Amino acid sequence: MKLKDIIACVDGQLICGESHLEDEIARGFASDLMSDVLTILEDDILLITGLSNNQAIRTAEMSDIRNILLVRNKKPSQSMIEMAKELNISLSYTSYSLFKASALLFQEGLKPVY
Amino acid sequence: MHQEYTIPAQDFSVAGVASSNFKQLLKQLNLPPKVIKRIIVAVFEAEINVIAHSYGGKIICELSEDTITVEIIDTGPGIPNLDLAMKEGWSTATEEIQEMGYGAGMGLPNIKKSCDRLSIKTKAGDHTHITLGFDLKEEP
Repeated sequence: MKLKDIIACVDGQLICGESHLEDEIARGFASDLMSDVLTILEDDILLITGLSNNQAIRTAEMSDIRNILLVRNKKPSQSMIEMAKELNISLSYTSYSLFKASALLFQEGLKPVY
Repeated sequence: MHQEYTIPAQDFSVAGVASSNFKQLLKQLNLPPKVIKRIIVAVFEAEINVIAHSYGGKIICELSEDTITVEIIDTGPGIPNLDLAMKEGWSTATEEIQEMGYGAGMGLPNIKKSCDRLSIKTKAGDHTHITLGFDLKEEP
């Protein structure tokens, strides 16, 4: 799925990373636990998380994840946005829950990592 | 090549800065992305452990043509039960650490999975000295 279609699917909004809108993303991983995210070996997945702090961006950086979708209406802080911009990571958010956002994206064809 | 990073205790605002700098260095060496990821996941988990659980410490990296050795040496207080610490899901993390998205008891197990060699020297009341070894030759 393209990032722009992912955002539309969850009624979300892009906060930063416009250049990623055409990124083709095959798989998603939903977790609030960053240590679990670090176990994923695949690159270029969509990280779907309710963890809205700098550590989510740091973890994405370490895991070569370039797109993050925040759920439960967790809007990122200014420092998170600055960090995401610096690391060329897109940030979007949706008011939907982790479960609802993941379910809708799965239905539209975004595959799980496992 | 030799590289050292100082890791403060309890300061999550700089958590990952050392790993991020080390990742940039590995990228400059043109190592395969999969190798970099394996190394960085282990080093990042170790860095988080130093910040979350220790009185501060150092990460010392030695890079040679075939291997990378990373030593993580903190200033205490040591791990009272290493067997438990190595178990997935076992954690002594505080609520504050958990709010950061860590403290799920996956740190040391993740480190073990990511490296080729692991040695941990620790005891309660003393410092912890972890040595990680990575082979750079890609598996056939």
